[in-house]
Amino acid sequence: MVYLKRTVPLVIAFILGVVMFFQYYIPHKASEAVLTDVNEWAQIIAAFALAIGLASIIHMHYAKIHKQVPGWGFSAVLLTAMVVMTIAGFASHGSDKTNVLFGWMYHRMQVPLTATMFSMLAFFIGSAAYKAFRARTFEATLLLVAAIIVMIGNVPIGNAITRQLPNVKDWILNWPQMAARRAIFFGVALAMVATSLRIIFGIERSYLGGGE
Amino acid sequence: MHRLTAVLVVLSVLFISTVGCSREAKEKPLDLPETIEVFEAMDTPNDSGMSILLRWNRVRGDSAAVQYLIEVGESATGPFLPAATIPAGEGSLCLAAPQYFGFDEENKKFRFAQLRLVPELPLKEMGKGKFKGEDGKEYFFRLTRFDGSARFVYPGIVSATAGGNWFNTAKLNNFLLAIIFCGTVMLFINLAKRNPNLFIRKIAGLDAVEEAIGRATEMGRPIFFVPGIGPMSVLPTIAAVNILQRVARKVAEHDTILRVPNRDPIVMSVCQEVVKEACTSVGRPDAYREENVFFITQDQFAYTAAVDGMMVREKPATNFFMGMFFAESLLLAEVGASIGAIQIAGTDSYAQLPFFITTCDYTLIGEELYAASAYLSREANLLGSLRGQDVGKAFLIFIIIVGLIVTSAGSKLMVNFLTEF
Repeated sequence: MVYLKRTVPLVIAFILGVVMFFQYYIPHKASEAVLTDVNEWAQIIAAFALAIGLASIIHMHYAKIHKQVPGWGFSAVLLTAMVVMTIAGFASHGSDKTNVLFGWMYHRMQVPLTATMFSMLAFFIGSAAYKAFRARTFEATLLLVAAIIVMIGNVPIGNAITRQLPNVKDWILNWPQMAARRAIFFGVALAMVATSLRIIFGIERSYLGGGE
Repeated sequence: MHRLTAVLVVLSVLFISTVGCSREAKEKPLDLPETIEVFEAMDTPNDSGMSILLRWNRVRGDSAAVQYLIEVGESATGPFLPAATIPAGEGSLCLAAPQYFGFDEENKKFRFAQLRLVPELPLKEMGKGKFKGEDGKEYFFRLTRFDGSARFVYPGIVSATAGGNWFNTAKLNNFLLAIIFCGTVMLFINLAKRNPNLFIRKIAGLDAVEEAIGRATEMGRPIFFVPGIGPMSVLPTIAAVNILQRVARKVAEHDTILRVPNRDPIVMSVCQEVVKEACTSVGRPDAYREENVFFITQDQFAYTAAVDGMMVREKPATNFFMGMFFAESLLLAEVGASIGAIQIAGTDSYAQLPFFITTCDYTLIGEELYAASAYLSREANLLGSLRGQDVGKAFLIFIIIVGLIVTSAGSKLMVNFLTEF
């Protein structure tokens, strides 16, 4: 059992890690075929995993309904919606036109709900900005000044105040901001390589559930 | 005062760099021949095959009105069929394709065309940069220049055979840097085995993990661990799962509820296994509840709405947001902040970092996300790789300084060496 749970995944991670490292530098058809095969395998595994996800949802919400825990009605709505959507999808042969039930539910229910959730971001950004821009320290003041310049420089009134404001805004975005972003990027890139090495050589085993 | 000085110095350097970069060097006019003197064909380097490159010199008087016709045949005597018509514009200059021709200044004087070989070619596709052909077979090419009514046919016929390559020499710089960096990391991992007491700078967000778990235990409330919305194939998610393992161990020791909502079924399966093993490894297999590590949906905002709803109803004492995040980062973290949870976030998505920094108590910025597992475990091997990373960063800083000096002196050596294809 330990062999299947530890050794086999470690061997697979090592072999595939090394193969995919060299695959990046080999442009030959044989190398491209390996990449295509690996990607197809990943898609097949993902398809199977969706069934596991589905089983997880049904198991969790069925248990809630069965035990009638507080809020079990939401679980009933979820499972009903899932069944109705699946049947409607099969019945319409996957068509998402609004004159069929599946398309109507997708465009008239799911899309607006998603858009509603996304649009709430505007209000959350407002409250987050309020927290960030309180000028309590030197750095926060600097951030506040930079943010005001960038925000006003991005709208027509900025150009109306002074033509230099959009230029200053561009300078802030293209130089100090880009320098900080690249510094983070360099650190992330090196950390990614080091993490990959730890996984390929079996030094990092946390993703298998444990170290030893 | 020191901070003000430091900020002013950084801004001054950036401003001077801006001014320096805006200067444009004046180019000398090129001495071009009156007619086509050089015409060459070659297999396209660094490719998987089915492609041929043709190169010829620019001619004095080339303009938008001038066109070059390339014809292909299966023998030197023909018949020849049209394969491509190349306008004499900037796009066909060899200078625009350093991945094939390098950075030689002479490239300014040459044009090129890349022809694709296809197994089957409909008539309407003929002359559009491709011809019917296969790898390993020799093909012959003829070049004609049209300048209004004037027509010049290059007197020679050139040939080439297409084929795949086993190493992409255009990525040699990348390969060398990768080997050097991998070697450095492996070296420091081995050194760490001999000297396990490596100094690693303190990361406040990770030091707070114990405190955050303890708080949840005292309050009798659950802990939420959100492993991002990325699939298992991306490194931020792997890093998040690594952190989950360390957190799950501590949570099992404290006998607290750990809830892990997932957006990806594969990530869910891995998280279930990780939490289960973590509970077992601390002697608390009974602490694992499969229903606490669950799948919600693959839809980004439906997932966000579900997690937000759970947060509001269950009022977790601690939230961990680790991994890859997009627009949902603020929607999750702001709701978590509103219920008074201690929040520790970690991501390498720099567009989301400001949101986490604003709304969370602690944020692991970029590389700290990847260092978290090593930091929490204190295993010598893992700490050694962090030291290797730091050496890599020092090397990059050195490269940047050398590049700054060399480029300021007017040389493109470093820029060319580091160019990615």
